[in-house]
Amino acid sequence: MTGTVATRPARHLHARSLLAPSVAALFLWMVVPLAMTLWFSAERYNLLNPGKTAFAGWGNYRDLLTHRALWVAMGNTLFLVGLVLAITLIFGMLFSLLLDQDFPGRHICRLLVIAPFFVMPTVSALIWKNMLMNPVFGLFAWITRSLGFGAIEFFSRMPLLSIALIMGWEWTPFAVLILLPALQSLNPEQVEAARLDGAGPIALFRHIQLPHLLRPMAVVAMIEMIFFLSLFAEIYVTTNGGPGLASTNLAYLIFRDALLSFDVGRASAGGVIAIILANIVGLFLMRLVGRNLEDWR
Amino acid sequence: MRSTGQTRWGLAVAGWAVALGMFFPILWMFICSFKTEITAVATPPAVFFRPTLENYYAVLERADYLAFARNSVVVSLGSTLLALALAIPAAYSMAFFPTRRTRDILLWMLSTKMLPAVGVLVPIYLLWRDLGLLDTVFGLILIDSISVLPIVVWMLFSFFREVPAVILEASRMDGATQTEELIHVLLPLCTPGIAATSLLSIILCWNEAFWSLNLATVKAATLTAFTASFSEPEALFWAKLSAASTLAIAPILIFGWISQRQMVRGLSFGAVK
Amino acid sequence: MATVELRNVRKKFGAHEVIHGINLRIEDHEFIAFVGPSGSGKSTLLRMIAGLEEVSDGEVLIEGSPAQDVPPSKRGLAMVFQSYALYPHMSVAENMSFSLRLAGVPKAEREQKVRDVARILEMEPLLERRPGQLSGGQLQRVAIGRAMVRQPKAFLLDEPLSNLDAALQGQMRLELVRLHRELNTTMIYVTHDQLEAMTMADRIVVLNQGKVEQLGSPLELYQHPATFFVAGFIGAPKMNFLDAEVKTVGEQHLTLILTSGVCVAVPTPLEKPSGGERIRLGVRAEHLTLEPEVAPGFSPVEGVLQGEIEALEHLGPRAYLHARLVDGTRLVSQTDGDTQARIGDRVSFRVRSEATHLFNAAGKALTRSGPQATAD
Repeated sequence: MTGTVATRPARHLHARSLLAPSVAALFLWMVVPLAMTLWFSAERYNLLNPGKTAFAGWGNYRDLLTHRALWVAMGNTLFLVGLVLAITLIFGMLFSLLLDQDFPGRHICRLLVIAPFFVMPTVSALIWKNMLMNPVFGLFAWITRSLGFGAIEFFSRMPLLSIALIMGWEWTPFAVLILLPALQSLNPEQVEAARLDGAGPIALFRHIQLPHLLRPMAVVAMIEMIFFLSLFAEIYVTTNGGPGLASTNLAYLIFRDALLSFDVGRASAGGVIAIILANIVGLFLMRLVGRNLEDWR
Repeated sequence: MRSTGQTRWGLAVAGWAVALGMFFPILWMFICSFKTEITAVATPPAVFFRPTLENYYAVLERADYLAFARNSVVVSLGSTLLALALAIPAAYSMAFFPTRRTRDILLWMLSTKMLPAVGVLVPIYLLWRDLGLLDTVFGLILIDSISVLPIVVWMLFSFFREVPAVILEASRMDGATQTEELIHVLLPLCTPGIAATSLLSIILCWNEAFWSLNLATVKAATLTAFTASFSEPEALFWAKLSAASTLAIAPILIFGWISQRQMVRGLSFGAVK
Repeated sequence: MATVELRNVRKKFGAHEVIHGINLRIEDHEFIAFVGPSGSGKSTLLRMIAGLEEVSDGEVLIEGSPAQDVPPSKRGLAMVFQSYALYPHMSVAENMSFSLRLAGVPKAEREQKVRDVARILEMEPLLERRPGQLSGGQLQRVAIGRAMVRQPKAFLLDEPLSNLDAALQGQMRLELVRLHRELNTTMIYVTHDQLEAMTMADRIVVLNQGKVEQLGSPLELYQHPATFFVAGFIGAPKMNFLDAEVKTVGEQHLTLILTSGVCVAVPTPLEKPSGGERIRLGVRAEHLTLEPEVAPGFSPVEGVLQGEIEALEHLGPRAYLHARLVDGTRLVSQTDGDTQARIGDRVSFRVRSEATHLFNAAGKALTRSGPQATAD
């Protein structure tokens, strides 16, 4: 006589129904707006003339792809993402190595270093724009003037780099937040064994610390990439994408089309392009992290 | 790691230089909040001055500042609670009843975060407009909780997995139903992890700028919108702006400092202990 | 009557079957041990009885009624886990009374029951402490106490002593046996340590790769192992095995020729093997008698195994000689504690033929009727 277990199907059903609301919510979030974006991207639809919608096919895409604006924005986006990722990972690693050392007050230093991550992006942007980088009243201007150079006009001359600087300041602490504990979790016996084998600090870093950090670095890169692709607030507060298109990224471009020009069609097409871009960049990084998730049963 | 005396000094100097350098902008803003407006824009920048609390009074007296602050609080807490309500069962299910699909589902959840918000700005804006959710606190709560859901699930999942399954089995042997298991054993054991997750969620929602700036500009505007509106302040408002900004970031900074160790454990998915 | 019966129980993980049709009946009040190497399925079997694992096929009957669909808490069983699985955020008393609390037992009664059990286990001073503050042995007690409070029909113990140090293990073994006698409740005990099973259990189930190798009392298993596996698993030091071929088969005796060329005569089993059949000869350390060195030239002598001592273990009252025979086979022999033997000495062992065990190529023991020699 088979002993079928009534508890098994019940338990599995239960598990699935616990999962369902979250999955449903996220699924809706993905599917509905995504479908709408795709739909709108093929329409000529301007909110100023809501009645006059027309099917545009590839029209919006052609518009976007043939004008400079999109390419400049994409280039700026990739530039920003790449540069800030590099800055945060390199400095994050360096700062973590430093804070891992034993010196008086290192715990307080750690708290100070991670503080910028918790600051609202709008406030960060304001601090940098008005108090530090402002060519008239800012601190940097005062310093450079005292040294004999004139004031640097950060946002007029090098808007993208200035924004990258702000982002670097905001997100390097995040890298430290993740990398420092990872570094400290390194098995001390492994470090001792390496020392006994004659490893100096550089060899120690190359062969022991760096490999151990690869996984947390991948996590940092993945999370940062998600946020950087949609970078918005800092641009909004500091340069509004200017001068011209110099500091416009994809997110800001779409925002401009959607909520400043009210061109829903074009903004949606831009959105689709942004999604495709994000997927390409993201797929690669996700594989990396996904592979690292292999070693849990 | 043991260092010799000299290296220790060198490291201390380097360490403190980095720390103070990184913290300086915040510190500077904090200091400016105690200056009068005139002192705040003085060149050379005033280092010694008589501190005053007038800016703080001025900010707190503004009724609309309090409204902004209230919106920030309500949106952050509301989104966090909603996200927890959805995420706790999901994480529980994935942590204790894993199937072959579990890993894929988790990765898929994370991938929804990859969807750039800007890609769906248009439809969400229009949807929210048609549903009457534009410029409402509830509208922001909805979108913030969805934005933060994958991270909350991820963190709760990794904290739940740290609970040895045998303890839950023991409670099952003791006669606990699934709910009792959750309430009497799992949640008490995971309280620090849940707290850290909640704090991270609050921080992310509080600092959230993209949707706040686009979907809620007047009535439901949060502190993010408030501070953003000072993008071009006349010089005469700097000290007050510093005070307002300090008030806006102080609670989150403190939350962050308190919970940072636990947060990292959950975020790094066990890569870091 | 708290009997537990397993009828043709199977367990599959996915497509992989790990428990193959086990039939077992556990009597009320008995202390029965499930023994086997890791992967043998003993823990899985216990968990199926507990209800923590689902039964893929077959029946689990508790007190005569099918229980495989009954949730664990309703089976009237209590489990002591290998890692104790205590609730770290509750005090010892709360840990022990948790099940009663869930069942809605009023506070006064709960406290009384906890106190009673604490008295029996001599752990009253620990009641207000947290698990994090206790030592391994104390945690063990609390785990047992938590099970006892439920007054179960049977106790299920999953390698409860394996996390304790050796001295404590010995002490706890005696305590568990004493407890069993006092409570007179069925105990089903899983262990990988055959010594624990041999010293504590009324009956032992030897499991290997999801099958029952043999079920019997400790003495039965020791003196009459039914399979090659049981013979090698039960008893320390491990039984010596010699590969041999059947030379001649007689009514009373058969002659085996070992790989070294030595012939040994053993009593004929009930199932006569055929000439030329490959047989394994098993003989325990205590059944090899040390002979004075027979022939310096190592020429084969019937019934005598010759070799050289490789290692010695002095245990006080006795000693174990580890020898390497002429053909490379290794043996362990038991001898007096005050032996003068030294490493490198040439030795000869005479096999006590009535005390030998024969196993065919399939691992089955070829049994004989009549009394087998017991250890002296």
